[in-house]
Amino acid sequence: MNPTPSQTVGPFYGYALPFPGGGDLAAPADPAGITVHGYVHDGAGDPVPDALLEFWQADASGELRGAPGTLRRDLVDGSVIGRHGVDFTGFGRVATDADGRWTLRTVMPGNGYISVCVFARGLLHHLFTRIYFGQDPFLDTVPPQRRHTLMAVREREGVHRFDIHLQGEKETVFFDFG
Amino acid sequence: MTQPLTQADIDRELREAPAGPPSGHPDRDFAPYRSSVLRHPKQPLISVKDPDAAELSGPVFGVTDVTALDADLTRQHPGEPLGERITVQGRVLDRDGRPVRGQLVEVWQANASGRYRHQRDDHPAPLDPNFTGVGRCLTDDEGRYAFTTIKPGAYPWRNHVNAWRPAHIHFSLFGAAFTQRLVTQMYFPGDPLFPYDPILNSVTDERARQRLVAAYAHELSQPEWSLGYRWDIVLDGPAATWMEEGR
Ligand SMILES: [Fe+3]
Repeated sequence: MNPTPSQTVGPFYGYALPFPGGGDLAAPADPAGITVHGYVHDGAGDPVPDALLEFWQADASGELRGAPGTLRRDLVDGSVIGRHGVDFTGFGRVATDADGRWTLRTVMPGNGYISVCVFARGLLHHLFTRIYFGQDPFLDTVPPQRRHTLMAVREREGVHRFDIHLQGEKETVFFDFG
Repeated sequence: MTQPLTQADIDRELREAPAGPPSGHPDRDFAPYRSSVLRHPKQPLISVKDPDAAELSGPVFGVTDVTALDADLTRQHPGEPLGERITVQGRVLDRDGRPVRGQLVEVWQANASGRYRHQRDDHPAPLDPNFTGVGRCLTDDEGRYAFTTIKPGAYPWRNHVNAWRPAHIHFSLFGAAFTQRLVTQMYFPGDPLFPYDPILNSVTDERARQRLVAAYAHELSQPEWSLGYRWDIVLDGPAATWMEEGR
């Protein structure tokens, strides 16, 4: 069957798609928790304040468990109450803020990378990229001069920086899984 | 100082736009939609053919992720929202026509006047205190979803002078794999704004564009209550389960 075409997420998803705790995959007290943060930039280098990032990753042991509860609802009023912070769902969703910045609190993925799906006003079809935290055989398949765009920069213990450039000299490597 | 773009400029660009990819998805580089100009990659995508890729699986949703109230956008406030009550229902299928079961469908939309309940929507049309415009549900065992809502209004935007979006409902869909993820928009049949809209027309193939338009379905209309629309959705992209089944 022929697929339903993609359309842009537009500028007004903000009251619909983000949910409380959407960027907190790790429980606040988890000693193995890491922070991954960065900006989304357009082809002029300007920050993108209306991008939506989704993350999908393995847990620390490399398992892709995908526990439900990602968008847990209050049974009384139906409101979104976010996740309970114990089961690792592997799924995160964060909208960039007015400065084009995003933050994810998670655990180091046991398989070496976090998968990222990028949506934005102006982007007619989402894009996939990956965040790597060190050398990986997969990175050898990427043109050497662009490889670094897939690698988080360790800023200090437990804090990693990863910027996404939709276009331009620093353009991030994006994937096609077709 | 450049002249503001007119509808005639956009019409000409739409006529001259090259055909999009054979998949029917829009080309991310589609200049008539001005916001796309600086927001599409210019380097080719890198092809990944790895059966162990994490993206071939995806997040899991469950009954605790939604409540029954979430699928009826007309019952989320004390009063009835203004506008034409409708139900939108259909099936979510994969490329092989198999139902996508137990997956999350999210919708958001403008109210009957064409206004979103969003801080940055400054269209001078009234907000409706009885309408938020956000819904969620899980697909059932046949891949079916259903929402009760009101028909959204058209609204202006600043792509060019006198630019108006045809009425639409935004849809977000998950399949069994992250690669099947889809965010799209559903349109209403016969909307006179179709030919003017660069976002809808970013899908350059006429038949693919028709797949974004719901059908009015009289058998889904309820007497004295609501009008029915049917819209089926087909998710693209591979999933690990396809390979497990020897595909
Ligand atoms: Fe919209």
